[in-house]
Amino acid sequence: MAHDSLYTAPPSGAGVETEREGGRFAALRRALGSWDAAVVAALVVAVLLASASVQNFATGRNAQFLLLDLVPLALLALPMTLIVITGEIDLSVASMVGLSSTLMGQMWLSSGLSLELICVLVVLLGGVLGAVNGVFITGFGLPSLAVTIGTLALYRGLSFVVLGDQAVADFPPSWTAAAVRNLPGASIPAAVVPVLLLAVVFGVVLHATPVGRALYAMGNNDQAATFAGVSVARTKFWLFVVSGAVCGLVGVFWTLRYASARGDNATGLELTVVTAVLLGGVSIFGGRGGLLGVVGGVLLLGVLRNALQLADVDANALTIVTGTLLIASVVLPNAVANLRARLHRRRQRAHLTAS
Amino acid sequence: MSPDTDGTQTSPLLVLDDITKSFGAVAALRGVHLALHRGAAHALVGENGAGKSTLVKVLAGAHAPDSGRMTLDGQPLVLRGPADARAAGIAVIYQEPTLFPDLSVAENIFMGRQPLRGARRIDSRAMNRATERLFARLGVRIDPTRPARGLSIADQQLVEIAKALSFDARVLVMDEPTAALSGVEVERLFGVARSLCERGAAVLFISHRFDEVFDLCQRITVMRDGAWVSSDPAADLTVDEVVRRMVGRDVSSLYPKQDTTLRDTLLDVRGLSRAGVFSDVSFTVHGGEIVALAGLVGAGRSEVARAIFGVDRYDAGQVRVAGRVLRPGNPRKAIAAGMALVPEDRRQQGLVMELSVERNATLARRRALSRLGLLLGGAERAEARCWTRRLQVKTSRLAAPVATLSGGNQQKVVLAKWLATEPRILIIDEPTRGIDVGTKAEVHRLLSELAGAGLAILMISSELPEVLGMADRVLVMHEGRVVRELPRAEADETSVMFAATGQGAAA
Repeated sequence: MAHDSLYTAPPSGAGVETEREGGRFAALRRALGSWDAAVVAALVVAVLLASASVQNFATGRNAQFLLLDLVPLALLALPMTLIVITGEIDLSVASMVGLSSTLMGQMWLSSGLSLELICVLVVLLGGVLGAVNGVFITGFGLPSLAVTIGTLALYRGLSFVVLGDQAVADFPPSWTAAAVRNLPGASIPAAVVPVLLLAVVFGVVLHATPVGRALYAMGNNDQAATFAGVSVARTKFWLFVVSGAVCGLVGVFWTLRYASARGDNATGLELTVVTAVLLGGVSIFGGRGGLLGVVGGVLLLGVLRNALQLADVDANALTIVTGTLLIASVVLPNAVANLRARLHRRRQRAHLTAS
Repeated sequence: MSPDTDGTQTSPLLVLDDITKSFGAVAALRGVHLALHRGAAHALVGENGAGKSTLVKVLAGAHAPDSGRMTLDGQPLVLRGPADARAAGIAVIYQEPTLFPDLSVAENIFMGRQPLRGARRIDSRAMNRATERLFARLGVRIDPTRPARGLSIADQQLVEIAKALSFDARVLVMDEPTAALSGVEVERLFGVARSLCERGAAVLFISHRFDEVFDLCQRITVMRDGAWVSSDPAADLTVDEVVRRMVGRDVSSLYPKQDTTLRDTLLDVRGLSRAGVFSDVSFTVHGGEIVALAGLVGAGRSEVARAIFGVDRYDAGQVRVAGRVLRPGNPRKAIAAGMALVPEDRRQQGLVMELSVERNATLARRRALSRLGLLLGGAERAEARCWTRRLQVKTSRLAAPVATLSGGNQQKVVLAKWLATEPRILIIDEPTRGIDVGTKAEVHRLLSELAGAGLAILMISSELPEVLGMADRVLVMHEGRVVRELPRAEADETSVMFAATGQGAAA
């Protein structure tokens, strides 16, 4: 149906005109835009400082370890970004990694299947674990925070059921070496390549597909999204499935990289993942943020943790740093907005008394 | 009530003199004058964006004016926050009150100042009794102990008014209180407002509905573009004159529905039922036809629309689009079948307020606009530009959050979003709620043109003149059932209201 003839042509000069209130949120938008810039700046500063003051930081060998350490964090941050943008959260990721790892160990120990097949099965089982989250959250309409705290405990417990407190370590050396192998002629681990590919895929999905548009819409207002024909529940369900499958993948990588399937693998990693995502400028309330910022957040957090580890800061202090960053990345954007509003009011009041 | 300092009953209670207020470079109020008298209702009218809401926020203490003076009872009045406004006896009733849904009505009214007994425990009995006394003064019957959840918007407003009474408000500001009310509820609200006036309160009433303005108010102040235009006794004004002052031009016709030829049946609803909400709803809409669904708020009209579109499920019945049965409970199928729904609540259902004009305008078309699953090359921007131009949406940039637009322009964005899907059936719920007169006329002309182009339009409206002016056929709903079907020739205010209140069922 052609609508061109339907409407009286706009009077000349009309059409998209200036609405008087148009520029009001420009400042806010600029502030949000500069969050990415701030993260990149902080990353540069952190790298420079660490290179200057921490011994062995700026070495090829350390770059390799730093990047290897980043692989699980970066992978888990990808689906987490999408989930947080829809206004949900998945706190069970580290436990799903742990359970995937022990499932892999148990299958290798007792099933007699080939390792290739086991890896595929583990990724699929990860998807099933995520689907359990998804069913509770979208099927029964429960808050993801509560559900995934529950499965955080449940899956961790199950991973000890699967392997007890033993560890499976007799994976073929060719496989465990492949997990940490460098790209030819560089001190960059080959595992970085699939991570980058996946990051591009997630970035494209989030920023340049109808699904991505739907994610932002439902993160801001799921009712309006529903009215626009978005299947909110179904989309969220699949996000949790993807999150579980990525956890399965990370479980495989973790097991091979450390050549060890254990029940306590990746314990507490969810804290780091959520921190990286929020540090990357994704709003914990949903609807806001982007994948590039999250990549920056992952790198910044990775560099900080690596530098502190090299400087012999102990593990507890590392957790304190991560927790502080988490709080800061939630509080700072609000605090900046509040400060601006207060300054604005004060200026107006001064103006009022002056007049 | 304190005696007048002048000794005369005619000296105003609250005076605003030359009030200005700017947000950055935008002047929202430019020298506004307003005088509210005891015992009188005063109307404030103007197009959206005229500055009415800003003025209300100044009165509520939410915005401090940049310059100008306010006096209450002859004393200078400075409001540093909402608490000051309340202490001064100024209460504001908003279009959609924000009560705590899980607290009781009485607890809502006495929030933060509950009567206490020993050991700082809340004295519920005293609180409930005080609430009952307030409701008795208002002449309404609401159980003080019931939770606020589930109260109609009209009842929620009455709770807010009771709250205002409880701290002896002398100035009652009502910001478009009737937008979501049915005729009966409006009458009850006006009864309460009049009795408050009789007790010496001053009422400021903001509305887009002129019949109500002239019904309730003794004086009318007109604003345009943030500036004060005039304040005159209502008796000296006519609707035409007020509209002329508001828009600064003549609005020829508010309701220009053209006659069209009927085409095939596009929407066929048969025996649609949902337990406790609506039952056995059957009707058809032809191409080229505007069918209005009239009735009181709460009659189940919006619920029927939502069920047809698939946002809600239904228990029994069938929806056919051009003869083909539509799968229930799936808005995506409905959109694919050529259906569009402009919902009643723009802010919650129609738009994602935080997202840009562009994203909102293309949200329902996001799949159609993608190539190989990707949205690249500014396809959305081109589409959004095309439709915002056609509907003359006023916005600084397509990337501006839709929340920064005025109500009328927001409604145009919702329309753009749905017209972009090139629907065959347009369901439009309260097409002109809360939008200014000029845009209203544009929306009406647009609906008429769309019908002329062969669309089937189902329009839900609580504004009787709109229903009577626009519709080829009027279906009247009462308590979940379609009780009456009136062709254009037989539909008038009496016949529609008669059926809507349930008396017409036998006729």
